[in-house]
Amino acid sequence: MALDRPNQLFRNKTAKIAAIPMILTALVVFIGGTTWTIVYSFTKSGLLPRLKWVGFQQYERLWDAKRWIISIENLAIYGLLMLILVFALGFLLATLVDQKIRFENTVRTVILYPYAMSFVVTGLVWQWILNPEFGLQTIVRGWGWETFTFDPLYNANIAIYGVLIAGLWQGSGLVMILMLAGLRGIDQEVWKAARVDGIPTWKTYLFIVIPMMRPVFITTLVLVVTGIVKLYDLIVAQTGGGPGIATEVPAKYVYDMMFAAMNLGQGFAASTMMLITVAIFIVPWALMEFGGNKSG
Amino acid sequence: MADNQLAAAISGPKAVLQGPQGPKPRKSLSRRNIMLYGTLLVVTIYYAIPLYVMIVTSLKGMPEVRMGNIFAPPLEITFEPWVKAWAEACTGLNCSGLSGYFWNSVRITIPSVILSIAIASVNGYALANWKFKGADVFFTILIFGAFIPYQVMLYPLVIMLREIGLYGSLSGLVLVHSVFGMPILTLLFRNYFTSLPEELFKAARVDGAGFWGVYFRVLMPMSLPIFTVAMILQVTGIWNDFLFGVVYTAPDAYPMTVALNNIVNTTQGVKEYNVNMAATILTALVPLTIYFVSGKLFVRGIAAGAVKG
Repeated sequence: MALDRPNQLFRNKTAKIAAIPMILTALVVFIGGTTWTIVYSFTKSGLLPRLKWVGFQQYERLWDAKRWIISIENLAIYGLLMLILVFALGFLLATLVDQKIRFENTVRTVILYPYAMSFVVTGLVWQWILNPEFGLQTIVRGWGWETFTFDPLYNANIAIYGVLIAGLWQGSGLVMILMLAGLRGIDQEVWKAARVDGIPTWKTYLFIVIPMMRPVFITTLVLVVTGIVKLYDLIVAQTGGGPGIATEVPAKYVYDMMFAAMNLGQGFAASTMMLITVAIFIVPWALMEFGGNKSG
Repeated sequence: MADNQLAAAISGPKAVLQGPQGPKPRKSLSRRNIMLYGTLLVVTIYYAIPLYVMIVTSLKGMPEVRMGNIFAPPLEITFEPWVKAWAEACTGLNCSGLSGYFWNSVRITIPSVILSIAIASVNGYALANWKFKGADVFFTILIFGAFIPYQVMLYPLVIMLREIGLYGSLSGLVLVHSVFGMPILTLLFRNYFTSLPEELFKAARVDGAGFWGVYFRVLMPMSLPIFTVAMILQVTGIWNDFLFGVVYTAPDAYPMTVALNNIVNTTQGVKEYNVNMAATILTALVPLTIYFVSGKLFVRGIAAGAVKG
């Protein structure tokens, strides 16, 4: 009995039964749900989903809606600046922390703790700090700079930057930690060789270390981009989309259309657009990562 | 070339040590160090200030808050805002504070964490040790699913939950959390179980242990670290969730994050900033405690998200 070859059929059966939740999630929720939403984005669904085809009408209405255009613009501004700044800040902090400093653990702990907090908490704290009546603006004016004006949450033109400050504060620690892991993964010999050859430090970073960290950069990019597209809680908590519709984002458009405006078709069309946005980034990455050389 | 080898020979053993160990390389008061530590000080202050402002504001009375300096430490420390946030703050017409929603979050988080980890660890185990035909296909779909914006699947899940009668209930939300936690957790467990020596598995099989026998008696007891990492990841993620809470539960069952947002962003009444900040800290307290206590394990959890499949 003990040395019997395991019965192949039985062996597979238990494993398959155990994997049913995964199979259901993959097929029903991920593939099924996504297909369902895409299909229904071509229908006239309003209060309830209805299979009445209207072609691309929902998409036409979507791209005619001022609120959607602003949402897309905001996501583009926030996304682009967030990407640039979060990488610059994250990498810079990682190199600083990597200088064999004292108190490394303390510094890392302080930089990363915002990541443990929810976007709702983040949004509310920064709403308070950026409050022009009590917050930063008043403080700086109190220091003698009487005309200092920084009220992003009340000024529609710069409101999205107020959100950006909060998002950057919350998310840069993650990038720093990933970059630090990447830096630590680089062979010390590389540094020594560069030093022997007399290459300045900044050049070593720029032309040797960063290219070597390509995998870390790519996975971080994927994480950051998917995070940016999901941007929702932060907006709801910090600005509620305001002032006016100045800080609306696609994810909020989807939620409001589906659950407040009872305009399901618009919600489906908008969420399909979000899916396409993510796909533009994910598909090339997946092809690079899993397409060419498959390694575990 | 010889220089290189010499350098390698001298520093060989040192290179094995990770991180900032070994002797300090430079004089401590060089210009470089002043710049380095100066920058780091400014940076840490920037990151620390919001937490400081939250705490300071929550300990002030409203008259003092109105005096205007959010960075000033409280002249008179009062815990009243905390009491009020916990027991009396209003969300709309309901003025019972955050306490009830705190317990909602507990009732959501505990079963969600247990269920999602149970499912994902068994998935990971099946994928690592009992690979069946097609398993990798489902796994790939699962991993790609992690990148699909939740908004795309929100409504189909509403319909599915309604069909099985769980829409608007805590159990429905628990199910949703288990579904969306599955990709990253399955990846985490699969990678971990794959890294264990195969001889262990084979030996247990030879001793007659079946699918569940190997899992419960061999793998699980020796995988405590990875279970802890998964737990940290899930408790923080689920406690901090807002979107699923607001979509899949009824107002009575709202998690704490949703209630907090309703309390602070309510348009009725006078804004009590000190109570708002106390409520904000209360909501952040659970993940923050986990973060400060768990340290390196927390980092391992988030880094798991960056590990490629």
